[in-house]
Amino acid sequence: MLGRLSWSAIPFDQPIPLITSVVVILIVLAVLAIVTVKGWWPYLWREWITSVDHKRIGIMYVFLGLVMMLRGFADAIMMRTQQAVAVGSAQGYLPPEHYDQIFSAHGTIMIFFVAMPLIFGMMNFVVPLQLGVRDVAFPVLNSVAFWLTASGALLVNLSLFIGNFARTGWWNYPPLSELAYSPGVGVDYYLWSLQISGAGTLMGGINMVTTILKLRCPGMSYFRMPVFCWTALASSMLIVAAFPILTATFVMLLLDRYVGMHFFTNEAGGNQMMYVNLFWIWGHPEVYILILPAFGVFSEVIATFSGKPLFGYRSMVLATLAICIISFMVWLHHFFTMGAGADVNAFFGIMSMIIAVPTGVKIFNWLFTMFRGSVVFTTPVLYTIGFMVTFVIGGLTGVLLAIPPIDFVVHNTVFLVAHFHNVIIGGVVFGMFAAYNYWFPKAFGFTLHDGWGKAGFWCWLVGFYLAFMPLYVLGLLGMARRLQHIDDPGWQPLLLVAELGAVVIFLGILCQIMQLYVSIRTREQRRDQAGDPWNGRTLEWSTSSPPPPYNFAVMPKVETLDAFWEMKQAGRAARQPPYEAIEVPRNTGTGFITAFFATMTGFAAIWDIWWMAILGLLAIVITASAFGWSENREQEISADELSRREDAWLSPGPAA
Amino acid sequence: MIDPKGPIAAAEWLLMINATEIMLVVVVPVILATLGFAWWYRASNGRASRDPAWAYQGSVEFVTWSIPALVVILLGGVCWIGSHQLDPRAPISVNAKPLQVDVVSLDWKWLFIYPDQRIAAVNELVIPAETPVSFRLTSATVMNSFFVPQLGSQIYAMTGMTTHLNLLADKPGDYPGLATNFNGDGFSDMHFIVTAVPAGDFDGWIAKVRSAGAALDDPGYAQLTKPSSGVPPTTYRSVDPDLFERIVDQTALNPDKARAGNAWCPPTTAAAGG
Repeated sequence: MLGRLSWSAIPFDQPIPLITSVVVILIVLAVLAIVTVKGWWPYLWREWITSVDHKRIGIMYVFLGLVMMLRGFADAIMMRTQQAVAVGSAQGYLPPEHYDQIFSAHGTIMIFFVAMPLIFGMMNFVVPLQLGVRDVAFPVLNSVAFWLTASGALLVNLSLFIGNFARTGWWNYPPLSELAYSPGVGVDYYLWSLQISGAGTLMGGINMVTTILKLRCPGMSYFRMPVFCWTALASSMLIVAAFPILTATFVMLLLDRYVGMHFFTNEAGGNQMMYVNLFWIWGHPEVYILILPAFGVFSEVIATFSGKPLFGYRSMVLATLAICIISFMVWLHHFFTMGAGADVNAFFGIMSMIIAVPTGVKIFNWLFTMFRGSVVFTTPVLYTIGFMVTFVIGGLTGVLLAIPPIDFVVHNTVFLVAHFHNVIIGGVVFGMFAAYNYWFPKAFGFTLHDGWGKAGFWCWLVGFYLAFMPLYVLGLLGMARRLQHIDDPGWQPLLLVAELGAVVIFLGILCQIMQLYVSIRTREQRRDQAGDPWNGRTLEWSTSSPPPPYNFAVMPKVETLDAFWEMKQAGRAARQPPYEAIEVPRNTGTGFITAFFATMTGFAAIWDIWWMAILGLLAIVITASAFGWSENREQEISADELSRREDAWLSPGPAA
Repeated sequence: MIDPKGPIAAAEWLLMINATEIMLVVVVPVILATLGFAWWYRASNGRASRDPAWAYQGSVEFVTWSIPALVVILLGGVCWIGSHQLDPRAPISVNAKPLQVDVVSLDWKWLFIYPDQRIAAVNELVIPAETPVSFRLTSATVMNSFFVPQLGSQIYAMTGMTTHLNLLADKPGDYPGLATNFNGDGFSDMHFIVTAVPAGDFDGWIAKVRSAGAALDDPGYAQLTKPSSGVPPTTYRSVDPDLFERIVDQTALNPDKARAGNAWCPPTTAAAGG
């Protein structure tokens, strides 16, 4: 009846997961209780859960990413603590079977459920506003995509309470991830949660590509699009091209595990290196899926706060597209040590280095954007400058890793760990924090406290260097990654410095929580009445903060790059009535209901509860069909209401 | 930083230092310019000149593409030459006959087979100094990576496949070796010491191994494939010199399979094998 599920799946005998589970369950129950007591459910259901507004969905993506970041960070600080204390003959406080789950969960969560939701959240919120349109191409699909991502995140976290997570690392390489070596539910949690969220990611990518290619406001030609839209387009095209590979690869591994096939097994002609190749054919573009939108954010931030247009716009676009294409030709650099031979290795090494050219061009162009500008040191600018300094160091170590003979001595060591944290924290995470501080007033109508934001930045920057520079050194000394304990006591001082770095990053997170708290408490003083707090250049700043559901009462007409800036210069930024009625999509529970049944299906498949899996799948089909046959999916906002709303914003009376 | 003890490691570290220096020529000025530009062009600096319309200049664009392109062309050459010179399967050319060692990754220990000497050892690798060692590697379990940092290149060990690696120790000494590709719960203890002995002492070590300990026969090997970790160094006085090939063919534990041919082969081939 319940497949493999029994009481033994609950970790009663392991204090750390048990206590964590109890605390997390209590927090979730407390939140649910507060929502119930305050009577917020109808509001949440109506305004958020069923929302198909790209801005609301974007905000929910970012919220999901930030909450998951806390989970991923908890894993990180547990690992750092384990490695700092388990030195010499000490075994630390985490036995291997637990430690191995933690590093696997950390990587999986940080990539799929922190970085991806943050990127998607920013793209969702910003791209339609920058393009001057009223929504994405497929608003309901957008909601389905978000809720499927949330479903995957829920399943990964469920493994903490019920069963366990994969002990195979975040790449989940076979044959270690095959049934012969990982018989439990851990790998199945990994596979099903990523299959479900991967479907959501693909839908989101298709939606974003269609939106950018098909829905731009009048006059918004490709070469008038803000650079963030270009990077979102490049990133989304990579998603559309790369994620199906991951899905297909996982399908093969699922077939191996569930029906005894031999795609990647040791026996019967299976080939483990096929998985490794396929994984990285997805995995390397994935790196650029994450970093390209961050590059877009830095481009917007540095131009806005230097009071100048972005230097070399066409170069930036060209560089973005070059990275987009070359990123598919470098995957083998993740396993030069496979023994492919000198010609193959050298080819992939040189291709990898070539990516450094467009990336270098971007760095120079940001530099020249500041040149003869007036740089205002707000929190997003600090993140941008911190990024530029940190990222070139990560780029340097990246090029080193791209040279096969050098890779041979640092591959799989903590040098590699330091490198990719250098580019992901210094690039993606800093980019997303810059974006969060930059677009927060647009999303919520008030600015964030700059002092706490800067304190958070400095803690993250210093914490990053303390945590990862020692790992570069330890990697050069020959310390492998993923060690549950370390034999050489001489390495302990550096590991303690790395631990200190993690603590400083934790202080940074506390500063960011304080920033949000203080900003909400003092929101009345920080209201963004005009909708343009930074003297912005692009169209998202031309509407109110937060924007109305329809974004723009009158579709903007774009004549140049940096459209809003030029409108302000020409004095034609003001809205021109008369208004015409606007059709906006009605909210629908389709996304949430689909994801509910997807979670059910995934959970059932993990535990071999086949009747429930079939039921869940059927329910998904019925939900989608019901939506497909439904009518009356749009509602109209009348010209009168538009006029009333716009007047309230444009000429706030004394009462406002 | 690590102290290289062989020509491969020394060449790789030299390459790393050279490549780093080439890049630092660009990276250091970029970091300084980032900080310098940001500071000088701060909004409150009354002395800074402003040109808020300056967004394109062909000559500057040319330079921004040229600098990274030139660095990459230079490093690309380094990469191509280095990849060929330091190809792990390329033999090391010195005037000494290479020692052949077969390496098998097990859960969670290393098996070293000396096919020419017909001896074997677990978690202990003794080699003569100043003599090239030619490794063949495979795994009898999940994927792993074999690495002796002070001697140089690491290489994967994969089930059903053979990889090749050539290393040389310049001087006698003890060099730590390890597994770098995570392979399960016993991963952290999967390390060993490479002892490079003076060339003359190596034969003495062989003789000592041959005179003591157990023989690594098929039941002994089957025992060894069972997962265990923190296994102390052990030597075996004799071993089947074809054990490595049988492990690669996956017939070492299953002699029937050797007779039956590979399970995935078409029936005719399988019959021919039988």
